[in-house]
Amino acid sequence: MARFVIRRILLALPALFGLVVLTFVLSRVVPGDPAATLAGDAATPAQIAEIRAQYGLDRPIWEQAIVHVRQVLTGDFGRSVFSGRPVVEEIAFRLPATLELTFAALLLSTLFGVALGLVAALDHNGPVDHLVRLLSIGGLAIASFWLAIMLQLVFSMDLDWLPLRGRMDVTLGTPPRVTGFLLVDTLLAGRPDMLASALRHMVLPAVTLALPGLATIARFTRSGVLEALQKDYVLYARAAGYGRVRLAAIYVLRNAVTVTVTQIGLLFGALISGAVAVEAVFDWPGLGTYAVQAILSSDYKALLAVTMVVGVVYAVVNVAVDVAQALIDPRVAEEMS
Amino acid sequence: MSDRPLLAVENLSVHLRTEAGLARILDDVSLAVPPGRTVGVVGESGCGKTTLLRAILGILPRGALIPGGAIRFEGRDILADRAASARGRIGFVPQDPYLSLNPVFRAGDQILEIMRRHAPGTRRDHRAKLVELFRAVQLPDAEAALRKYPHQFSGGQRQRLLIAAALSCDPALVVADEPTTALDVTTQREILALLRRLAAERNLSLLFVTHDFGVLAALCDAVTVLYAGRVAEAGPTRAVLDDPRHPYTRLLLACHPDRAVDLAGIPGTVPAATAQPAGCRFHPRCPIARPACADAPPPPVALPGGRAVACPHHADALPEPALA
Repeated sequence: MARFVIRRILLALPALFGLVVLTFVLSRVVPGDPAATLAGDAATPAQIAEIRAQYGLDRPIWEQAIVHVRQVLTGDFGRSVFSGRPVVEEIAFRLPATLELTFAALLLSTLFGVALGLVAALDHNGPVDHLVRLLSIGGLAIASFWLAIMLQLVFSMDLDWLPLRGRMDVTLGTPPRVTGFLLVDTLLAGRPDMLASALRHMVLPAVTLALPGLATIARFTRSGVLEALQKDYVLYARAAGYGRVRLAAIYVLRNAVTVTVTQIGLLFGALISGAVAVEAVFDWPGLGTYAVQAILSSDYKALLAVTMVVGVVYAVVNVAVDVAQALIDPRVAEEMS
Repeated sequence: MSDRPLLAVENLSVHLRTEAGLARILDDVSLAVPPGRTVGVVGESGCGKTTLLRAILGILPRGALIPGGAIRFEGRDILADRAASARGRIGFVPQDPYLSLNPVFRAGDQILEIMRRHAPGTRRDHRAKLVELFRAVQLPDAEAALRKYPHQFSGGQRQRLLIAAALSCDPALVVADEPTTALDVTTQREILALLRRLAAERNLSLLFVTHDFGVLAALCDAVTVLYAGRVAEAGPTRAVLDDPRHPYTRLLLACHPDRAVDLAGIPGTVPAATAQPAGCRFHPRCPIARPACADAPPPPVALPGGRAVACPHHADALPEPALA
């Protein structure tokens, strides 16, 4: 198993290196001169040239590429063309907010998606099954910015159950920043009131972000369970006298979720991109809003860094997914080695 | 008490609602397994063998109807009385050892789960007993086998595992569904020898479903031949194989020196379960059928030596071309 994990990590490295090269190439292909943007509309050609020299944009492209690779490998993404502050610092400040939100969404979609998929499959073609299928089609079809606004209207404006936006009740202040994850920092600060507020603020954005993933996971779990139920080993287990609940909830589900787990890895990419819209609506100070700003202001340094960070997170999640799959199905690890 | 059968299937009918209409899978089937004996059920695919097993094991598919009959195990009707369910007292050896174990759980854990539900004692007792059973079925390295996953065993070893599983709750009866068809010939022989030895050692009754007359001859004291969901013929194995009386059995045994059930040598095809012919279900293909054969299902005729045949014309000779 340890060998499998190490192998899987090593396999992720070339992909990450490819990402470094690709991001650089893309940043040079997209239209728009960052130096000109930064200098402003009224800048003279001399001023633009000066800025270009300052950021090394006047060097030959291969030299820029080498510098870029070296910087990325040392974790130095340079300074934001826009704010002038180190990009790493800005991202480090915002990444935990996005991760907190996406992991909350991932948790919700996995737990409820698997549960709904399971009950739907056990009620194959029954009313529960139809309801879950309707929900999962709806979950995929509804645009998240629209859903976000509707949830705000109902649960914040009308019912006043949940906060409208932000991560924390402003009157409570903020806990000392240790990890950047509010749920952790409030706990470390020993402030249950803050924790409760952070959780309440998280509900609507997390639900909005979770819904498409939940729908996908429910569908895959449903078909996985239906397929597993047809297997000879299920008939055998029934004949041998396995209990009904154990048969469905443990015995069959473990086979069914191998497909689901792969989906979770793929979903993570969708969650990160979905976070852009959701963060905007809920005023969530995360990486999504930062990326939007970077794009709008042609802040290519920031954009490169965001892409790299998301790429790394994505790679880590997928390694974790593969490891989870090997833990669920012992044949996976053996096939690979 | 001793002459009372351990398992008695009495006039059992099983129907299945399908899209093509009502399928009469089993019709008025009776058979008995006396204590300590091995009984074979033989017939080709679609004759109702598997449905009979599923009825005994209580795992009939959804939509199955039981319009009549009873299955008595140790004297209690296990069809009517769910509380009398014989789980644990009836062990089951499935057909395909490759597909019958869940690939993502350790084989040992899957068997321990059966024991947890149906055998007395603690998990520690169960483990000790299972290791002992693994030795009894001659699995190499019984201790290590507990921790292995199904794919780490060969096909023959997996069938040994499943035999150990069938014995894990000290059953009185073991029901086996063609347990050797998925295995190669040498392994088949080993598994059959193992089953025969275990049945003798443990005084087990065995109900053995097969389509292979060779297996039947090697293992079974008595045989019931099914055709299209009805009993064609039943009796002691030797007598039935040496002197088959039902035209169906006679044609089968005459046509095929390798003695595997295959209808290629008999004109016509097995009727679909949704469109069974009236009267004797074999009459459209029978070389000695008379008009009356299409009127009513022939009742079983008792013959000397504990035999029965569902054909009033069992004494007639078959025309030569039919046997050529």
